[in-house]
Amino acid sequence: MLSFATRRLVLSVPTLLFISFVIFMLLQLAPGDPMAQVPLTVPAEVKQKMREALGVGEPALVQYWKWLVQMAWIEPKVFIDWLTRESWLLGWLPDTALYQGELRVISWQTRSPVMDIVIQRIPQTLWVVGVAYVVAILIALPIGIYSAYKQYSVFDQAGTFVTMIGFSVPPFFTGPLLIVIFAVIAQDTWWLPVLPSIYDTTHEVTNWSSFKYQLQQMVLPVMVLALQITAQLSRYMRASTLDNLNQDYVRTARAKGLSEKIVVLSHVVRNSMIPVVTVIALGIPSIFGGAIITENVFKVNGIGQLLITALFANDLPMVMTLTFIFAVLIVLFNLIADILYGVLDPRIRYD
Amino acid sequence: MTEPVASSPAPIEALKDIEPSKPPRSQWKDVWDQLRKHKGAVFGMGFLVFITLAVLIGPYIYTVDPQKLDIRNKDFRPIYTAIWDGDSKVGWNKPLGSDQLGRDNLAQLIAGGRASMAVGWAAMLLSLVIGTFIGVVAGYFKRLDGPLMRLTDLFLSLPILPLLLVAVTLFRQPLRANFGPEGGMFILIVTIIAITSWMPTARIVRGDVLAIKEREFVLAARSIGTTPGRIIGRHLLPNVLSPIMVSAALGLATAIITESALSFLGVGFPSDFPTWGKMLADAVVRMEEFPERVLLPGIAISLTVLSVNYLGDGLRDALDPRIRGR
Repeated sequence: MLSFATRRLVLSVPTLLFISFVIFMLLQLAPGDPMAQVPLTVPAEVKQKMREALGVGEPALVQYWKWLVQMAWIEPKVFIDWLTRESWLLGWLPDTALYQGELRVISWQTRSPVMDIVIQRIPQTLWVVGVAYVVAILIALPIGIYSAYKQYSVFDQAGTFVTMIGFSVPPFFTGPLLIVIFAVIAQDTWWLPVLPSIYDTTHEVTNWSSFKYQLQQMVLPVMVLALQITAQLSRYMRASTLDNLNQDYVRTARAKGLSEKIVVLSHVVRNSMIPVVTVIALGIPSIFGGAIITENVFKVNGIGQLLITALFANDLPMVMTLTFIFAVLIVLFNLIADILYGVLDPRIRYD
Repeated sequence: MTEPVASSPAPIEALKDIEPSKPPRSQWKDVWDQLRKHKGAVFGMGFLVFITLAVLIGPYIYTVDPQKLDIRNKDFRPIYTAIWDGDSKVGWNKPLGSDQLGRDNLAQLIAGGRASMAVGWAAMLLSLVIGTFIGVVAGYFKRLDGPLMRLTDLFLSLPILPLLLVAVTLFRQPLRANFGPEGGMFILIVTIIAITSWMPTARIVRGDVLAIKEREFVLAARSIGTTPGRIIGRHLLPNVLSPIMVSAALGLATAIITESALSFLGVGFPSDFPTWGKMLADAVVRMEEFPERVLLPGIAISLTVLSVNYLGDGLRDALDPRIRGR
């Protein structure tokens, strides 16, 4: 298992290099110019110098190499420094001071380091999308198990229908629909709670009432995202439980005289969780990736919204770095899912 | 002299050939019978046929130009609002109302459906062709299996939606210059959706081809000197048709949603060209006063995708011989 993990980890390095190279070369084709926003009164030679200062105009391979060095060598140093200086987790360690003022990946929009902005945006995304993921798991697993246990019952049929709806209704429709219901219609009724339709990112949780407001403004985006994720997960859970319910060991367990509760909860569910856990692990990159559309609808300024604005503003370093981070997360969690599968299921041997 | 032999001996009862009472059943008739039992699939197929006919024939029956600005008759409500609100601005000439520039909603809905369905079908077919080709080649030719599957894994680990957005913003200009604003966008969106969604099909097809090519009938075909191309065309492809059909249904649903999402984010078709996603996006800012402008395209997208998904579900059950007949 250890050798498998090491092998996969080593193999993922060339994969990531290749992916980043492809994305970089794709972005090189972009028609935009970082100087497009600079006033026309600025002379052309000054603009040229500014371009060179941003690293544009050098051969693409040189640019790629510089980006790679900044991303893979300098940014980790900055991150370790930050960890040992400010974070609550490792702040008690002495300040490492690895970063000596080298150039970092600079955003063309704000002219500040890209990773600083990413670090600022991650909490919003994690709050909304992460909570949605947890809520979805908590709802999806019981639904999946119960509808498999009572296959073809009314509950199962209704569950399948809701799952289909969750698959089919896109978030850019459920989002506005929920806003109309809970922010517009609800104001005229006494029985619907009025919820904020725009996510206020500057809101700080200081006391009980502000915490309540934070919860309220999270409800709508979380609902939209959770519907989608629940649909996928409960489908997997149902299929996996159905597979296991017909196995011989379940008959044996019943024949031993175990109660249904123990048969289902400790025999069937534990085994059906194996594929579902890997599916959950595979979905985690999408939490960090943010939900571009949902963040757009509810004006959450998370990672997904950052990517969209960077794209429209032609901010290539930001786009490049963000897509690369997404790719790293996908590759990493693919690896984790594979390892988890091997750890949880003793029948699978990678060696 | 021997006795002449009886012209024909009396046949033995048990060996007598009885004419089959029923004509032989083909595989596709079985599949059809099974599919008809699946209520969701029947509903899905019915709605899909309805919406396809509506967007195909609709413009010839309802001949209003969807892009015509009629600023005097702007902001009409749908005709059914008159049932509960007698004072609302409705008119029979605008059955589903008009938007803030006076463009007819029904005509826009039909034209938008045309764009969405065209993109959906074209992208789905293209991605099926790519996926099937790569899957068959990887499964049949052992030497190409490794590289092609690494390629598939690589594509699977790409972040899809960000890349879609990047590609659309990058290649918009050159394609527009060559094929016109609408044609260029159509080619771009179809190609990009297809390039980023062929991987599941390729994996499924490869798995099935790997299993089928070890069967005796393929060996027999090879022993009489059939070329690989003929083996693939005559023996392998018909046998992997059912997983391809199921992933076709899922691919159509994904393609429609992706196209609408792109339009919603404002990177799809040009702004005067109606699509369902664009109608929805334009209406969001004024959805308090005119909720129907969000609801109508939204319901259209959702119902189409829902029906395609149900059809795919039904097809999966009907095409699986282990489930069929139960």
